[in-house]
Amino acid sequence: MTAATDGRGLTTTDPSVALAEPPGSDDVVDEVPEATRLTAAWLAAGLLAVLVAAVIGIATGPVSLPLRGVALELLDRLPLVAVDSGLSATQQAIVWEIRTPRVVLGLLVGALLAGSGAGYQGVFRNPLADPYLLGIAAGAGLGATLAIVTGAGDGVGPFDAIPMFAFIGALVAVAMAATLSVRRDGSDTPATLILAGVAVAAFFTAAQTYVQQRHADTLRQVYAWILGALSTSGWDEVLLLLPYAVVCGAVLVFAVGALDVLAVGDDEARALGMHPRRIRMAVLVAASLATAAAVAVSGLIGFVGLVVPHGVRLVAGVSNRRVVPLSFLFGGAFLALADVLARTVQSPAELPIGVITAFIGAPFFLIILRSRSTA
Amino acid sequence: MTATTISWRGVSVALGGHDVVRDVTLDVPAGAWLSLIGPNGAGKTTLVRTLSRGVGYRGDVTLLGRDAADLGVRDRARHLAVVPQHPVIPPGMRAFDYVLLGRAPHQGLRCSSSVQDRRRALAVLQRLGLETFTDRRVDTLSGGERQRVVLARALVQDTPLLVLDEPTAALDVGHQLEVLELIADLRTERELTIVTTVHDLTVAGQFADVVAVMADGRLVADGAPSAVLTPDLIGMHWGVDAACDVDDDGSVTVTVRRRKEQRRRSASTTARPATTHASEGDQP
Repeated sequence: MTAATDGRGLTTTDPSVALAEPPGSDDVVDEVPEATRLTAAWLAAGLLAVLVAAVIGIATGPVSLPLRGVALELLDRLPLVAVDSGLSATQQAIVWEIRTPRVVLGLLVGALLAGSGAGYQGVFRNPLADPYLLGIAAGAGLGATLAIVTGAGDGVGPFDAIPMFAFIGALVAVAMAATLSVRRDGSDTPATLILAGVAVAAFFTAAQTYVQQRHADTLRQVYAWILGALSTSGWDEVLLLLPYAVVCGAVLVFAVGALDVLAVGDDEARALGMHPRRIRMAVLVAASLATAAAVAVSGLIGFVGLVVPHGVRLVAGVSNRRVVPLSFLFGGAFLALADVLARTVQSPAELPIGVITAFIGAPFFLIILRSRSTA
Repeated sequence: MTATTISWRGVSVALGGHDVVRDVTLDVPAGAWLSLIGPNGAGKTTLVRTLSRGVGYRGDVTLLGRDAADLGVRDRARHLAVVPQHPVIPPGMRAFDYVLLGRAPHQGLRCSSSVQDRRRALAVLQRLGLETFTDRRVDTLSGGERQRVVLARALVQDTPLLVLDEPTAALDVGHQLEVLELIADLRTERELTIVTTVHDLTVAGQFADVVAVMADGRLVADGAPSAVLTPDLIGMHWGVDAACDVDDDGSVTVTVRRRKEQRRRSASTTARPATTHASEGDQP
């Protein structure tokens, strides 16, 4: 048993000996280094960021609400908690009917974009991959443009047609990229997938531009959609997005360990007993569904999927066990706060949130790049 | 340890329409060290890749008595660990996390490491003298340190078979010997069967107990180093003039001499201003 302490002999490296030791039976356990994982402290930091962003987001707007009151009001809604927030009935209505759905939508969209961005980067082993890499943005853009120019966007059935068309367009584009990337011998590589994505994106963008130019009267509306917005009509969009957030988020978080193995490349991952293609497909399907759903309700909000995982990697390390879940949390907080700026900078007019994220994201990205190169 | 063997039976590999490996039949006895040698392009690495299913092949490959084609990816990874010639080093990854990747074939779908996994990794790191490197980033290690970390990952896999593709290609003489002697010790300690591809014939002659020579995709000779590594055979396949010294224990040192006619040619040219052809004179 004590052989493990000196750790130099044959006995230590013999698997039967190591496995025969009951865990926790001696002090050696304490000396074993930790594997990098999502620690409670990091999880708490992420949740705190979400909470702070939510309270600020709900408190900020044309009608100013007290931060303390908002925090208490949120607390009051928790099961088994009853506190008096001191907010009037009107203020409560503003909190629950107008601001909270929008803030929650911002949290969800930001989480999905950043989380799937982290997933894409893991799959492609490239920190510059972003969730729009495989043509999702172009496909969603074409879908939304078609919905707008055909007038279907004015409302068909219970749901708005624009998100539906955008969602379908996004998925068609990704599916095309994935199908086209498979070579004649049935194999595929990350590189061919990216190139197929580039080709599909170019094709869909061309189609979208053509349709858009043919219908100059709706140009403004199409343009506004492309720049992205978190305008809501209550809780509908949130409910639309929630199932995707839950399912895709679960798949991505489940796959983080496999993604870390995939970091050594397909050949070596296979030699380590993994199925690189299966992992890649699972993560890409989850990340693409998540991105398509987010884009469908919010338009094309750029930079979140790139900047947030980058920032997380900088402070929490490169392990996907941290990068993916923390990207969800910090991505949500980031977009909710960006939306606060979008609503207030030119109040009462709203700036497109895509402008805010790019405005913050681009310089931030450069700062990250520079600090990485010196690290 | 019984049946710890690898066997190739009539194995051929075609890549891009060319037969890179042709009809190779070879057995590796349990606990042996096989060195595959041969000139560039002889098919050594390709033959080794049939073990890890890195390439498709015709014929039969057997690992520990089981048809390699029937082994699932995971099962294979529990039988056979591979140290690639050019391992992909993920930027920023901690050495300890990197070594733990070797436990993947023994872990569940989520690849999360148990205390036992971490203890195994630590034990291997200690055995390789790398325990102070746990928190270092693999991409900041020197070539020799990195090679040992990659070896640690393979050892953590706990497989009876270990394949090393050119394990010392990137190392200086001192580090080469250090790594090879380490592998030799580990082989005894863990009763490993080892397959390496090497260019350095002396490395093959000193460490292997079976040397297999490949040329143009075919297996042209195999057996004990002293029987295989002869000036005739080396002259035939490498086209060089070699001297082979056999030690008492049967290990072979191969010294390659410069070819006589070439030496004569450059001797006449060095009569000209010395600086012009100084570099040519350095060629082996």
